[in-house]
Amino acid sequence: MTLAINILLWLVVAGLAFIAAMRGQALLRDGARGGAMEFLLLLPRIGIGVVGSGFLAEALPNEWIAPWLGPQSGFFGVMIATIGGALTPGGPVVGFSIGAAALKSGAGAPQVIAYSTAWALYAIHRLLIWEVPLMPARVVWLRALVSLPLPFLAAAIAILLGRP
Amino acid sequence: MAGSTGTRQTIPTQSISVRAALTHAAPPRRRRRAFDWSTAVIAAMALASAATVYARDGREHFFAILLGDVTLFAEMLPKVLAGCLIGAFVTLLLPREMVARWVGHESGFPGLLIAAFFGFLLPGGPITIYPVAGAFLVMGADAGAVVAFIVSWTLIGYTRALVWELPFFGSDFVLWRIIEALPLPIIAGLLARIAVRAGFNYRDDNQ
Repeated sequence: MTLAINILLWLVVAGLAFIAAMRGQALLRDGARGGAMEFLLLLPRIGIGVVGSGFLAEALPNEWIAPWLGPQSGFFGVMIATIGGALTPGGPVVGFSIGAAALKSGAGAPQVIAYSTAWALYAIHRLLIWEVPLMPARVVWLRALVSLPLPFLAAAIAILLGRP
Repeated sequence: MAGSTGTRQTIPTQSISVRAALTHAAPPRRRRRAFDWSTAVIAAMALASAATVYARDGREHFFAILLGDVTLFAEMLPKVLAGCLIGAFVTLLLPREMVARWVGHESGFPGLLIAAFFGFLLPGGPITIYPVAGAFLVMGADAGAVVAFIVSWTLIGYTRALVWELPFFGSDFVLWRIIEALPLPIIAGLLARIAVRAGFNYRDDNQ
């Protein structure tokens, strides 16, 4: 699956490079050089981020996350889940594996949805590693600010629909 | 009523800056350094937790985690490079008049829908979204549309769900989670526009 995504991404790159080449060699060169420079500047950040967040997740005690998030925990559980999601370090593996583990050990679906939504939207480490370097900082804070209620909304919709 | 006068003052300057951006041959790129304070914070936290793991769990466990993380990093690199190249080419190729018209300051509610749809459509995960979102911003998209785009890509983008979420949660859970997330990008975009109208200045970036 990762391979399929890689192929898809590089097909998009190839398509864009082809269109650029049709419009002129200079455009192709500028695009390739700009993208490569961006990549080189990102490397140290991503390296530190990926390796560091693996250790960070390992250093944190994951066992006590599940009992706080049961189906009976209600709004309080959703809030704990949201805060937990915001504070969870690490790449996709960490957030989803904690969420799945919580679900298996008795957490409610709305709480897990709130957790993974908060973690996906405003995990603090991700804002710092990915978003702030690549976007104007004020836009990042604006996006984080307006995202604050979204995990609660997602959990509320899940409770209303009674699914999953 | 301070908000409404603020809006009247900012809209003309913003349209001028969009028009100015349109007349330039190449979009202005932000200068970036390879290392800054946010990286320093992460590096400090990483060192502290690596030391904790080493002291608590021993040498073998430490190197097992290190190897796993380095492998993950290596597997990410092609996607990161592809994301950077897509961002660079999209900035150069996409007509800025089109971006400004579709998702710019006067795009209204349809602009948010278009931005959210783009977020769903474009391939990749968090690795690829920010260069493209930054490019949209430079090309005159408004903050609400960029927010809708990022939130949509984060919550309902199909590649992320397929690659990462499905193996952990199974299709039933993921499908319902995505259905329940459908209105969220639009809500976030609307909230962002309200915040900007109320005086949140997102253009004035001194970093």
